[in-house]
Amino acid sequence: MPAKPDAGTPGKKKPKLAVWKFASCDGCQLSLLDCEDDLLAVAGAVEIANFPEASRAVVKGPYDVSLVEGSITTTHDAERIHQVRRASKFLITIGACATSGGIQALRNFQNVDDYVSIVYASPQYISTLKTSTPIDEHIHVDFELRGCPVNKHQLIEVLNAFLNNRKPNIPKHSLCVECKRKGLPCVMVAQGIACLGPITQAGCGVLCPSYNRGCYACFGPMETPNVPSLMDWLEQLGVDKADIVRALQTYNVNAKAFRKGSLA
Amino acid sequence: MKREDPPVILDSKHLGLLLESLKKSGYLTVGPTVRDGAIVIDEIDKVTQLPVGLTDTQEGGTYRLQSRKDAAFFAYNVGPHSWKKFLFPPEQRLWTLKKNGTKFQFVDIADNTTRYAFIGVRACELQAMSIQDRVFQNGHFQDSHYMNVRKNIFVVAVNCTQAGGTCFCTSMGTGPEADTGYDLALTEVITGSLHYFVVRSQSRNGAKVLEALPHKPATAAQLKTANEMIAQAEHEMGRSLKTHNLKTLLYENYEHPHWEAVASRCLTCANCTMVCPTCFCSTVEDVTDLTGENAERWRKWDSCFSQEFSYVHGGSVRVSAKSRYRQWLTHKLGTWVEQFGTSGCVGCGRCITWCPVGIDITEEVRRVTNGK
Repeated sequence: MPAKPDAGTPGKKKPKLAVWKFASCDGCQLSLLDCEDDLLAVAGAVEIANFPEASRAVVKGPYDVSLVEGSITTTHDAERIHQVRRASKFLITIGACATSGGIQALRNFQNVDDYVSIVYASPQYISTLKTSTPIDEHIHVDFELRGCPVNKHQLIEVLNAFLNNRKPNIPKHSLCVECKRKGLPCVMVAQGIACLGPITQAGCGVLCPSYNRGCYACFGPMETPNVPSLMDWLEQLGVDKADIVRALQTYNVNAKAFRKGSLA
Repeated sequence: MKREDPPVILDSKHLGLLLESLKKSGYLTVGPTVRDGAIVIDEIDKVTQLPVGLTDTQEGGTYRLQSRKDAAFFAYNVGPHSWKKFLFPPEQRLWTLKKNGTKFQFVDIADNTTRYAFIGVRACELQAMSIQDRVFQNGHFQDSHYMNVRKNIFVVAVNCTQAGGTCFCTSMGTGPEADTGYDLALTEVITGSLHYFVVRSQSRNGAKVLEALPHKPATAAQLKTANEMIAQAEHEMGRSLKTHNLKTLLYENYEHPHWEAVASRCLTCANCTMVCPTCFCSTVEDVTDLTGENAERWRKWDSCFSQEFSYVHGGSVRVSAKSRYRQWLTHKLGTWVEQFGTSGCVGCGRCITWCPVGIDITEEVRRVTNGK
């Protein structure tokens, strides 16, 4: 349902929206810009007060709703996130980095100094934490939106629910539910393709299985993931244990169920 | 009203005429076709879209298409789809509201007036439809969306002449021969160079359609061949389930340690409930546009394997995988009987084949009831 871009009750102040970036690739923020027609409706419904990807103009806080992208990887960011929290009435984290620590949380499994010396020509200038952690390990988060990147329809749904004071329709069940509703035959059962869908939260629109690919778990663990059982089955399908572990160690490597499964 | 005309023979080369005739009568013909490595149910216009010369092998968590040496149209077993996707769509808008000042106004949603002709409905699936009829239209509450579609369908049943690795319809008393609930029922016979259908009609609509097709009376020998082929399917069921006293046995074994063992394998992914032709649970989602001026309510397939399903104030009732699997199985085979007067299982085997880790309802029942 496309909304009128000039939405909002006349005379009523529009809620102020701010978008914040921490350690991340900006892809989730871009999902907001990618909303096309709906973006106009969003711009009509809220005052975009701080959104560096879209505009350099910054309106002073406090903000009614903040979208936070990225994970915490530096001492500076660990302090800055508290300022963002203080300036925000309602705070929503968006994407795998903000909700689980992102791909950069691979450092949590290694000695970060080893990485720094390989990646940077002058490692002495790098000041970084030993871990990459999700936002909710630092502050209270009002709602978490999963995905690498987030799904734009889900992003609009969360903002929409906030604006209309209702519960967002963001299910936490497995991707399989979304996949079966779409009428797709299971790629693992019918084609023997390794798929992480049964342990992954729905929401992406079943991107990979729609193209006869297994799910890569970009949306992180579903509500009650049984990782060991799926790992056993994948091994029976002939997938190498090392490959299964690698499949779990991607964008949501630091999510509890995946971390535990990949270290087992 | 059930009527039974003498069976006739339809040559396989005239199968296309049946589709054409149904289309001419205003039906949308839906039936088996190959997509993404499986035989699914979708819109079909011509017989070449059917899974000609294909069959499948099925086991717990495994489904594979295979070629046959002949050009059979219906020599496969049930696949990932069931007819419930037309009668009880996976996602359906129930109503629309528009804000009118301080009030809301309902905006009517046009009824689905599509008249479907279901091509290739198996005996177990006829039974599944009859079970869903009890849920959606024969009880205290009538679902108008379901009934609108249901009342107009034309059913071309196909008797099974082979059984799949996960089939157990004979245990459930639902197949392999279509007994009731169809307009036309076909038995596909291939012997040597002969390829024909034995066709029975069970309704006025069925008789009318059949009348216009080139056909001739079936001989006793042809009927015998067809019956032998159906009997063959009966003998090759891949699975079996003891149903005697099953409800009581399940009730007596609520605390059986095997529930925990299944739970250690169960992914709570809900695939079994999605592919089940009788599972009827749904959730509703209310959505608004950004202005809050327009709202819609959508009904979507839901599953007793999700936490949200049993969520009440304070949390979910069934938190553990064990409690969710037990709820599903005991409802399907036990409490369903109390609720609707039949078992909720038709023995189609979908939940076994399409479980990503091959959990087998027949095996789990055997364990939980200690083989009784």
